[in-house]
Amino acid sequence: MSEAVSDPQAAKPPSDAWRAVRRLLREPLGVLGLTLVLLMVGGAIFADLLTSWDPTRINPRDRFLGPGAEHLLGTDQLGRDLFARVLHGGRVALSVALIATGISLVIGIMLGLIAGYGPRWLDNLMILLFDSVKSFPTVMLALALVTLFGPSLTSVVIVVVLVTVPGYARIIRTQTIALKNSEYVTAARSMGASPARILRVHILPNVIGPLVILASMDIPVVIGIEAGMSFLGLGVRPPTPSWGSILNDGFTSIRDTPWIAVAGGIPIILVTLGFTFLGETLRDVFDPRLKAR
Amino acid sequence: MTVLSISNLNVVFSTEDGPLHALKDVSFDVPANRIVGIVGESGCGKSTLINAILGLLADNGHIDGGAIRFEGDTDLTTLGPDAMRDLRGPRIATVFQDPMGALNPVLSVGAQMVNIQYRSGRSKAEKRARAVEMLEQVRIPDAAAAIKRYPHEFSGGMKQRIAIAMALMMEPALLIADEPTTALDATLEVATIEMLKDLQQKIGCSILFISHHLGVIAELCDDVVVMYAGEVVERGTTRAIFNDPRHPYTARLLECDPARQTERTRNLPTIPGEIPDLRARPPGCIFANRCHRREDVCARPPPDIQIGGGHAARCHLADMPEMEVAP
Repeated sequence: MSEAVSDPQAAKPPSDAWRAVRRLLREPLGVLGLTLVLLMVGGAIFADLLTSWDPTRINPRDRFLGPGAEHLLGTDQLGRDLFARVLHGGRVALSVALIATGISLVIGIMLGLIAGYGPRWLDNLMILLFDSVKSFPTVMLALALVTLFGPSLTSVVIVVVLVTVPGYARIIRTQTIALKNSEYVTAARSMGASPARILRVHILPNVIGPLVILASMDIPVVIGIEAGMSFLGLGVRPPTPSWGSILNDGFTSIRDTPWIAVAGGIPIILVTLGFTFLGETLRDVFDPRLKAR
Repeated sequence: MTVLSISNLNVVFSTEDGPLHALKDVSFDVPANRIVGIVGESGCGKSTLINAILGLLADNGHIDGGAIRFEGDTDLTTLGPDAMRDLRGPRIATVFQDPMGALNPVLSVGAQMVNIQYRSGRSKAEKRARAVEMLEQVRIPDAAAAIKRYPHEFSGGMKQRIAIAMALMMEPALLIADEPTTALDATLEVATIEMLKDLQQKIGCSILFISHHLGVIAELCDDVVVMYAGEVVERGTTRAIFNDPRHPYTARLLECDPARQTERTRNLPTIPGEIPDLRARPPGCIFANRCHRREDVCARPPPDIQIGGGHAARCHLADMPEMEVAP
């Protein structure tokens, strides 16, 4: 059954994708964003090759060393190499961002399609649920969940999913409602297509593109949630490095050894800028109104 | 054999102001291998009829008596949603009015044509070959390359032909064409009509062709059903309807056809009056309030008077041909 659906991306002539890449590379902000994102992702993936220091090894004799040749970004209050901790913290931040965003995209799309295409009462019920979840401040939600499950990466992922799903679901729902009375959906229905088939073949390809771009612009928010929760001690458990916990380590001694807080803060700023620039450029590049040229 | 046989079909919509009888006592047949035209002005129940046949009436509408028999014995009014869904597509296909919206803009034409064959059990290569073959049949130039293109790369006429190709891909027994040429210009209209006739001959299906263009109906159809305010007022062969209309509405409708005007005139002729409120149908003839031949008997429900050869009219006066009115 599923092989009957040909992949819309594969059917597209390659020149389309190439044109998009070329247009992306023509935008200075896009190039900057792409560079920053690639730097951060590369640093996280090749962390073990880029530094020989173990990010969790405590070395009391080398506490609070300033940046230098041996420790590029200096060491923290336990003598751990900050460069290694930043790179490994990037792993945590990016994997949480990708996993959580992926999960909430899948859940959000499914809920949105059901709400948009299903019966009216179900739609109303789901909108009520989305709004209730959204009305919780993120920190309160995080605190409540950590009280239940204890601080861990899983808790971070659950918080992120809970916080972002309602937004994705609402977007998909609105698009689905707009499309479900379109001529081609009516035509498909009159040719005997089941609701599942209409959603999968006709509505999903129409709504997924903009949502993925939106989600890529949400990645900094997700990284912010992870760093924030780790900063508060609700996220990653020590000694696993996270940008948030590095910030927290530096925060206590910010007057004497500011480089610790800087080492934790700079990557958050750079990754946020990178994904925002990239996402915005991608949005413009794929804007159908600009496609005509 | 009769492909579709509708008998005494009633469709009622529940509205805030009470029940609305959209279709009342509709009966006609679509014989095998024939093209049946349905003609009538806007709001006469053409679309309701299609949706009733397809089992896709709006939530507030329901079938209130009558039968829709498909291919002999299956009564579509009693089929469940799943059984109905299995019929739509492979056995009953539909083409709609607007060619611009009928194709999904984000999928290539080929992807959509392959996709629609999901029930055929063919391999992907066979499906693609079938799609190319159908595009060739509807005279899309360079069909092998055309299946890779997207709907916006085709003209309106081409899109409508692609939609027809998709509808006929599974060789249905019945094609319902809902004003498929209305959105096309006159030249394309003729070409599409001819193509439709060719394909109908080739596939051997029946077509239920809805239009308000009398010229197209006369050109294409074997039989004609004239609808007015949710009732079939007259039905018969195209020749009988056009040459010997027995219902005053049919006669007036034909007189109003711009193609029949022989003199220059500022104002095209119209039928005075309006369609009655379908929530409060008059007890007698539905057309009485606009009829130029109205008599006292018209206050009573008119019978379906058989004129012969399948020609019938729902009018008390159908047996008495209209006298030529002196100018």
